[in-house]
Amino acid sequence: MDFQLTEQQKLLLQMYDEFGINEVKPIAAEIDEEERFPIETVEKMKKCGFLGIPISKEYGGEGADTLSYILAIETLAKYCATTSILLSAHTSLCCDPILKFGNDKQKEKFLKPLARGEKLGAFGLTEANAGTDASGQQTTAVKDGKNYILNGSKLFITNAGYADIYVIFAMTDRTKGTRGISAFIVEKETKGFKIGKKELKMGIRGSATCELIFENCIIPEEQLLGKEGKGFKVAMQTLDGGRIGVAAQALGIAQGALDETVQYVKARKQFNRSISKFQNTQFELAKMDTKIEAARMLVYKAASLKTQNLPFSKEAAHAKLFAAETAMEVTTKAVQLHGGYGYTREYPVERMMRDAKITEIYEGTSEVQKMVISAHLLK
Amino acid sequence: MNGGKFMNKEHGVVVFGEQRNGKIQSVVYELLGKGRELADILETSLSCVVLAENIDNNLEELIFYGADYIYVIKSEELKYYQTESYTQGMYNAIKKLNPEICLFGATSIGRDLAPRLSARLKTGLTADCTCLEIGEDKGLWMTRPAFGGNLMATIICPDHRPQMATVRPSVMQKNEIDKSRKGEVINLKVDFDSRVNRTQVIEVVNEEKNKKPIEEAKILVAGGRGMTNKEDLKLLEELADSLEGQMAASRAVVDAGLMPHDVQVGQTGKTVRPDLYLAVGISGAIQHIAGMEDSEYIISINKDEEAPIFDNSDLGLVGDAKKVIPHLLFHINKAREEKKAL
Amino acid sequence: MKIIVCIKQVPDTSEVKLDPKTGTLIREGVPSIINPDDKSGLEAALKLKEEIGAEITVLTMGPPQAKAAIREALAMGADNGILLSDRKFAGADTLATSTTLSKALEKMEFDLIITGRQAIDGDTAQVGPQIAEHLDLPQVAYAIGINKTSNGLIVKRQFEDGYQMVKVETPCLITALSEMNQPRYMSVGKVVDAFNKEIKIWSMDDLELEIERAGLKGSPTKVKKSFTKGAKAAGKQFVLSPEESAICIVEKLKERFIL
Repeated sequence: MDFQLTEQQKLLLQMYDEFGINEVKPIAAEIDEEERFPIETVEKMKKCGFLGIPISKEYGGEGADTLSYILAIETLAKYCATTSILLSAHTSLCCDPILKFGNDKQKEKFLKPLARGEKLGAFGLTEANAGTDASGQQTTAVKDGKNYILNGSKLFITNAGYADIYVIFAMTDRTKGTRGISAFIVEKETKGFKIGKKELKMGIRGSATCELIFENCIIPEEQLLGKEGKGFKVAMQTLDGGRIGVAAQALGIAQGALDETVQYVKARKQFNRSISKFQNTQFELAKMDTKIEAARMLVYKAASLKTQNLPFSKEAAHAKLFAAETAMEVTTKAVQLHGGYGYTREYPVERMMRDAKITEIYEGTSEVQKMVISAHLLK
Repeated sequence: MNGGKFMNKEHGVVVFGEQRNGKIQSVVYELLGKGRELADILETSLSCVVLAENIDNNLEELIFYGADYIYVIKSEELKYYQTESYTQGMYNAIKKLNPEICLFGATSIGRDLAPRLSARLKTGLTADCTCLEIGEDKGLWMTRPAFGGNLMATIICPDHRPQMATVRPSVMQKNEIDKSRKGEVINLKVDFDSRVNRTQVIEVVNEEKNKKPIEEAKILVAGGRGMTNKEDLKLLEELADSLEGQMAASRAVVDAGLMPHDVQVGQTGKTVRPDLYLAVGISGAIQHIAGMEDSEYIISINKDEEAPIFDNSDLGLVGDAKKVIPHLLFHINKAREEKKAL
Repeated sequence: MKIIVCIKQVPDTSEVKLDPKTGTLIREGVPSIINPDDKSGLEAALKLKEEIGAEITVLTMGPPQAKAAIREALAMGADNGILLSDRKFAGADTLATSTTLSKALEKMEFDLIITGRQAIDGDTAQVGPQIAEHLDLPQVAYAIGINKTSNGLIVKRQFEDGYQMVKVETPCLITALSEMNQPRYMSVGKVVDAFNKEIKIWSMDDLELEIERAGLKGSPTKVKKSFTKGAKAAGKQFVLSPEESAICIVEKLKERFIL
């Protein structure tokens, strides 16, 4: 069991970090303040191949492995959770299902531009009445000749409005319950497809989180992703992979918070000495670092299993559950160690704490992760 | 030229007389000051070699500042600085004069010419020397910074001649002018092939120094809460100009609308690491320190003895900055005049 | 067009600190980087490659770990990489270094050689021009712009008080300043490709170089001694009259060659 990154992964990590420090960090506070989607960063990421990391060159990607991709999500999150999740949603939730379940024509038409970064991707499953209970889909797709007519709405969709390609789930046969759900590839320009209200959020405020509205949208049958009625499987398997991305985001947020805190406590003086000399500070930092390393092991393990095409569902759940919890805990402690300054926007840790919370909720709440893990244990 | 402690009594020390547009550069006079000292120790003469298309200026100045011989090489191939013609000219001069030591200003010309020449002469060259001495072995001991300035090294060139060194402007001191000094100006004939330069200068442009972003400036003069009205800031601007540096500011000054955000140093501004950071009227809150603590050298002026800025400064002056700066401007100008005149 | 870019792996000297107790440099843990001037030279070559098509080979002389610098250059878009590595090259001053590099360059085909102006550890700015002399090439140093024309290159050559536009024929050597451009990031796909490429390693045996001209033996200059400037002493604080304060500051500025 080799716990070292390969030379290739280390070089990638160097590139990610250089990019993160120079392009992402300087605007992180601003995009949070303005609730602005960092479209300019997406352009720069495209030039460096960020948008197709784990996709093979055959499909327009960069040909690296899952862990190399996860390292990018983690590194970006150290500096900006918003930038990290926009990449994770694009890659894990849009590129991945098309790669896994798409036919050759679909991969040619949709996956290649996504992997090359020419188009941005998104994933639409959640609805007003279907969150953790994803089976309660009310969006419908009715077959009409060679097309499906899509009607309904989606909620809390990441990259909404900026994405060109959306993987959307809808009911094709109400009578069959979860086996009546199908997946579709929907393009932004589709007539009747509108972006609805934008959510005003606690954290990841630069992330475009909006409602999607479908009014009699005509979706050609060539854009049915996978078989009719198999959509639920597509969703669940996609989310399994997306889980690792969110876990990596949480890990990055925690690491970023710890790095900032270490710098701060060395500089801050109270009672005539640096607060880093106080044992309480030292012990808290030690606990934070240990938890982060433990989360890292879980995340990297899940990524490694996925690369090897081994089952990784339980391990992905471990990773997300633990990393999200760690992110919340570490960022809260980080603010505390910064004292009053940590509560102000002058320092980034308050943003990191606000950003951390969502990792316990989206792409499967912590409760869902526990359900997944216990289901594996008790089968 | 190689292999031997060869003491040429005749033309022991040679200085490259860098000229631009017919004007001998100030570094040359500084090198003559040091060259004179070295030549005297070695009991030899000091020469200056000037290359130009035409140089009608009073070359006697060079004699007044210490040179015994001025060798002038003229050619239209020397009209603009170009590596190959200048290298050939100096090469010919050195072959003829056979010096122990050859000094160049470490300017963008010197650092182009000297290495090329050293390779042609197959001898050693030491760059950016801050100290030149004659050792017990009569060899030249050249001390220079390395490792980004973190390390000093003393270099020798025991078995090859000439011992070549470049020295940055403002490092050495020129001597006091002595108009009674005597010397000779000699025209040295060098036949340049018309194809000696395989480069061609198409255009020459002289430029004013532009303002860089503060992260790139080598010298920053930063104002804080203690300097927050327009007159105070004008003073700071004068100070920055006199040091050929740029202005920066703490958050208080920027929040007051007196300076733009792009010169703000600190947690929510920029991180800088200039060679010199002069903090004027800045208390040194932790957010500010975070942006400048890696500066090479920090000088602070503040009224408050307890101001935390002093814990992060190399040199701290307790006092009213508004009173200190006028004196500072005066003494800086005085120091510059002293250098120029003489 | 065939371009060779000479690069050097250097410690990031801005990260080097002095051990306050011993007064010596702390070198461990200091990250190694591609020398900034060289990286800009590589970026200039990559831009030429995009504009007019070129094959870029990166050459470096260094210990085995310098391979990492070549990989990074390949990951930025260089086509080939060669590492010159041999214990016999160690201890070389700039003349020996430039001689060794020239012997390697003699074995290669090129229209243009680009080096950085100076390395941030040696700070000499000598190797580039010395290589040009050894190979008898026209040289333009201090380049802040390189453009291809129909029959050669036009280089913007920087001086302290302005610049020259210089036309130069190929083959030639140009030394680059980091001010010339902002080097691009590596790209993911090119990092993957870089590890699929073979980096050639040449030793003394691969070069036609007499042993007396390499390494310490081939170095006319020798280090007599090296020392640090002393740990940064805790700052001094003075309470003086305004004029005395001003004089104190000016004396310090003179000491530090700022005046």
